[in-house]
Amino acid sequence: MEASVFSPLSDVERIKTASRLLRGTLAESLDDAWTGALRVDDTQLIKFHGSYQQDDRELRNERELAKLEPAYSFMIRTRTPGGVVTPAQWLALDAIAQRYANGSLRLTTRQAFQIHGVIKRELKPTLQAINAALIDTIAACGDVNRNLLIASNYDASPIHAEVHAQAVALGEHLLPRTRAYYQLWLDEEQIAGTPEEEPIYGPTYLPRKFKIGFAVPPSNDVDLFAQDLGFAAIIENGVLTGYNVSAGGGLGTTHGDARTYARLGDTLGFITCADLIKVGEAVLTTQRDHGNRSDRKLSRLKYTIDRLAVDVFKAEVERRAGVVFAPARIVVWRQQGDRFGWQESAAETPGRASLTLRIQAGRIADREAATNLTGLREIARIHAGDFRITPNQNLAIAGITPDTRAAIADLVRAHGLDLHEHLPPVRLNSLACVAFPTCPLAMAEAERYLPAFGAKVEELLENHGLARADIGVRISGCPNGCSRPFLAEIGLVGKALGRYNLHLGGDRLGLRLNRLYRENIDESEILSTLGGLFARYANERENSEGFGDYTLRRVLEVGAGEQP
Amino acid sequence: MRALNEVWEGAETLEGARLEELDRLLGGLSANALYWTAGYVHARARAAGPQPDAAQPAKASAAAARLTIVYGSQTGNAKRVAEELKERAESQGLNVRVLRADAYPQRELAEERALLIAISTQGDGDPPDDSRALLRFLNSARAPKLPNLRFAVIGLGDSSYPKFCFIGQQLDARLAELGGTRLTARADADVDVERVAGPFARGAIDAAKTLLEVPATRGAKVTSLRPAPVGHSRSRPFAAQVLANQRITANDSELRVHHLELDLTGSGLRYQPGDALGIWPQQHPALVAQVLATAGLDGETAVTHDDQELTLQRWLGEKRELTRLSRAALVEIFERTGNTEGKALVADQAACVDYLAGHQLLDLIARFQPRLSAAEWVSLLPPLQPRLYSIASSVRQVGDEVHLTVAERIDQVDGETRYGVASRQLLELAEGARVPVYIEQNDRFRLPADATRDVIMIGPGTGVAPFRAFVQERASIGARGRDWLFFGHRHLRREFLYQTEWIAALGSGRLARLDVAFSRDQAERRYVQHVLRERGRELVEWIDGGAHLYVCGDATRMAKDVHQALIEILSAVRGQSLDEATAELDRLADQGRYARDVY
Ligand code: SRM
Ligand SMILES: Cc1cc2nc3c(=O)[nH]c(=O)nc-3n(C[C@H](O)[C@H](O)[C@H](O)COP(=O)(O)OP(=O)(O)OC[C@H]3O[C@@H](n4cnc5c(N)ncnc54)[C@H](O)[C@@H]3O)c2cc1C
Ligand SMILES: Cc1cc2nc3c(=O)[nH]c(=O)nc-3n(C[C@H](O)[C@H](O)[C@H](O)COP(=O)(O)O)c2cc1C
Ligand code: SF4
Repeated sequence: MEASVFSPLSDVERIKTASRLLRGTLAESLDDAWTGALRVDDTQLIKFHGSYQQDDRELRNERELAKLEPAYSFMIRTRTPGGVVTPAQWLALDAIAQRYANGSLRLTTRQAFQIHGVIKRELKPTLQAINAALIDTIAACGDVNRNLLIASNYDASPIHAEVHAQAVALGEHLLPRTRAYYQLWLDEEQIAGTPEEEPIYGPTYLPRKFKIGFAVPPSNDVDLFAQDLGFAAIIENGVLTGYNVSAGGGLGTTHGDARTYARLGDTLGFITCADLIKVGEAVLTTQRDHGNRSDRKLSRLKYTIDRLAVDVFKAEVERRAGVVFAPARIVVWRQQGDRFGWQESAAETPGRASLTLRIQAGRIADREAATNLTGLREIARIHAGDFRITPNQNLAIAGITPDTRAAIADLVRAHGLDLHEHLPPVRLNSLACVAFPTCPLAMAEAERYLPAFGAKVEELLENHGLARADIGVRISGCPNGCSRPFLAEIGLVGKALGRYNLHLGGDRLGLRLNRLYRENIDESEILSTLGGLFARYANERENSEGFGDYTLRRVLEVGAGEQP
Repeated sequence: MRALNEVWEGAETLEGARLEELDRLLGGLSANALYWTAGYVHARARAAGPQPDAAQPAKASAAAARLTIVYGSQTGNAKRVAEELKERAESQGLNVRVLRADAYPQRELAEERALLIAISTQGDGDPPDDSRALLRFLNSARAPKLPNLRFAVIGLGDSSYPKFCFIGQQLDARLAELGGTRLTARADADVDVERVAGPFARGAIDAAKTLLEVPATRGAKVTSLRPAPVGHSRSRPFAAQVLANQRITANDSELRVHHLELDLTGSGLRYQPGDALGIWPQQHPALVAQVLATAGLDGETAVTHDDQELTLQRWLGEKRELTRLSRAALVEIFERTGNTEGKALVADQAACVDYLAGHQLLDLIARFQPRLSAAEWVSLLPPLQPRLYSIASSVRQVGDEVHLTVAERIDQVDGETRYGVASRQLLELAEGARVPVYIEQNDRFRLPADATRDVIMIGPGTGVAPFRAFVQERASIGARGRDWLFFGHRHLRREFLYQTEWIAALGSGRLARLDVAFSRDQAERRYVQHVLRERGRELVEWIDGGAHLYVCGDATRMAKDVHQALIEILSAVRGQSLDEATAELDRLADQGRYARDVY
């Protein structure tokens, strides 16, 4: 074990160690009636239960002057592997969002639901209501394996369904075993004398969050190479034979800290389906034992691998799993985004169709312009199939039966859920993280800025005769990169309110990191820079060359002389 | 001790170890115990021989030639009346002593010859806290017959309460029942105390003078033990500058409560935790203009009243109540205007009380349209009174500043907003503005002299203000006793007054416990008394350990409910009857261990 190399241990390690398998003083914290906050240590532990303590950052100053503590509330994130829920579950979440949260649902880039604004006193009833809908939030956050990112449209083919099932099985295998969640939130009795342990994680869990994605090529909708651990389904002669395994992806960085960087996963080789769980567990435990537990900025698997060297890491995984990687199979990737609109389902479900809706920045709420929350509630009431969150914060209504099709189409239109029919491509293929007002780490706006920024980019493109140009735009409020901006053709990464780093050069396949082009610029500079680039792109692009490829060839490489 | 040495200047003094020993023995004694000790020591001293210096006040045996003035006061009004009586009596050459009701030696009552009492009514016809023991004594079977007593009572009250001056009336009747004879008829003073107190004083002192046979010629040459008040006072307020005026409820709260910091530098004003700050308010110009317009009056009209000539505008703006009317004022207004509907209203006591609680002068004028001249208005409207605010700071932490916690007082009347005069003005004060203030002492609401005692503070709403002072004080002196605060308001998120400070005090350990009740954070309303009940066992443990209990804030409901809860808790935990528990609380109050400051 190398863990001892890292000292001193970070404070979070101390908290985990003392937590008695994630209990800490959470029960006491919930009882502290004089505050809407948890005790400091418990704010780390609550994450493992699927929730973050936050506060309304816009109210901080005025509340401090008023001698009031910050307006604390909690964000709750579901564990919904692949983002699949039934209509009944949808209705339950919708009701919970209205009763306990801020009246909106947020679809995340990892196919989960988030609700914001739950107050401490109502955490428990909220989690009970979520669990009553047969959804839990265990390990949705924290230093554990997170919600699984799985290629959406799992019934697009039988293979999709198979991958989905295998992924879910791996996820179940990697769940924490502590009963703390059930005891704290669901009033499970603690049985005295029964020893409890974490056979996979051990008492201190992982050094850091750990993310797994499953892709079904040629679609890379999950941005596989941004994941700590990626599985690309290999289909040979129409049969799922196994997976190409990649490890060490991760996007989070810190401004001004050169030790941090975004990194794409390295492909380790091919494994058969039978070895999936063994390999998954081996990668996770290798990170468990070799990850940096001293400096949380450097504790993701990507840094562990770079420190150990890929070969050493790979050999350790093989040793632990008792599996030898075969040479990776050749994979062809064709797209990164979602396919919007109606699609007929595979032959297994004749007559059924799915409809993928554009949800801007994943936020579902009732606004004056469009009553999305109500619309989807109405749809859930009549829908016979299920709902699936895509890895791009959009929503697929899947398995629509012929008899409900017309009604659903009407509801979609009536409640303004038909953006995919009106918006130009550049505004369909954009992502934005949550950022203000809830995200404590946000430096600039993202979700709330996306519609306005999108409209301005749309106008710029129109001015240059590029209205139909399909360019991927991603905005993150800080360099943690929750909207995966470092893989975008145009990435905005927040520096300060109203100011962003402008990244260019993604490939629209998620196989290439973009590059920093302009640092710390405001909207007018962003727009004038983009305006200039669009003008050149309109004139100089070759054939169907994408904007990312173009900027790499003619903007980033020129004079720099370096390789992509 | 220094004060003692000064009083007995020229006499032998205790020094060093002996003084310390005495100090140690006296430390932690309640007011009652201290008075008892004083009497005991006095008796010992008399037994030891005559006092060397003759320059002392009249001898105790001189009851025959002495006028005793006793007051029972919650917010200082009755005390002020007592002091005015004393001044008047002294100027007439009478030998006088003034005592607060709880300092009056009950066994001297039987020998008392001339007694004047000024006492207010609190709660729902309850005595002020300092008078509870005396009234219990008088109303009990142990009360002596008083055939030699000549007495007079002035009650203080507010005619908008159902039991107007109830305690004064009760006391007056009881003294007569015990055989006493009235020097002059009882007087019931309304919020404009002077109107009744002046004539009462003249009548009572003249009668006392005749009784005590003071020759009319004898000069008014009596040196007072206490030096005449110098510097700023209620009648000579200090113009304090506003240093900060900060809202401390969230912006989305329906309630507006402000934290004010005022500068007392150079005022010579001193205060202790438990005291209140008196504020002389001014009417809002817009309200004055509206009253003038509605009543059809010209603000420039000059009016002379009480030897003072001012414009009507200034009379109304600076000298008269426009927001709180008294029943007495209503009676006179309707008499003068012959308004039958109005007369019917004031005749029905309960209806009148309700009306006053919800209406201001403006509403009255709009409804009854009394036609009165400028001069009539000035003479009929009650004189503007100062408002009191519990001091929310300790000088040990804020130096020359004084902090207040002021809640906006608003009502909706027929769709229009009616403001309270002082709270409105205070909330609107800009930094740098000035406001006339004075200190209103409240010796009934003091931290235990013994800092090792635990303290339980029950202060929902603005009732928490003095406890901020208490906790600041105890932090500064490093009190070893523990502090336990009960707070309540509507919502945790919006209306937790001084939340960050309480949390910091918990963190530092200054606050040992913090219990809160936010009434509207759950389906059922939940108030401090509910939390008290939940903590009953520990509360009683603290009380048994010698803790002092304090209650501050709303008098109409909270203080009563809390009182009832305390009785029930004591009874439940101790297995006592409710009567025994009530008696126990009374005992705690008598020992100064259960003090209330409610309004
Ligand atoms: C909701 C979501 C963005 C969205 O708009 O959809 C999100 C939101 C947050 N992320 Fe993230 N992350 C989300 C996907 C991602 C991704 C994308 C992915 O996983 O494919 C990344 C980049 C990939 C990676 O992990 O490297 C990502 C990298 C981070 C990081 C940087 C981690 C690092 O290694 O440096 C942080 C900060 C941290 O962990 O310290 C972070 C932290 C956060 C927190 C919880 C802020 C915090 O720690 O207090 C954000 C909550 C904001 C809010 O108010 O809701 N989030 N976060 C995504 C939720 C995913 C889920 O359902 O589990
Ligand atoms: C010892 C003491 C301490 C106090 N401490 C504080 C404190 O810390 N913080 C604080 O905010 N307040 C405190 N108060 C209350 C404060 O003194 C004022 O009473 C309060 O601010 C309202 O005054 P105002 O001039 O704004 O309203 P006012 O103008 O006096 O009256 C406002 C309204 O009251 C109604 N009203 C008039 N008379 C009556 C009546 N008899 N009964 C019911 N309603 C009537 C009228 O409709 C009027 O609209 C304390 C009071 C006392 C006695
Ligand atoms: C909480 C509270 C309750 C009161 N209850 C009565 C009452 O029942 N009857 C009455 O006549 N006056 C009542 N008053 C008015 C006071 O008696 C009046 O303000 C008086 O001037 C106070 O005198 P003090 O300062 O000497 O206590 C009440 C005042 C307060 C603050
Ligand atoms: S990228 Fe930064 S600002 Fe955006 S949600 Fe993630 S942590 Fe928050």
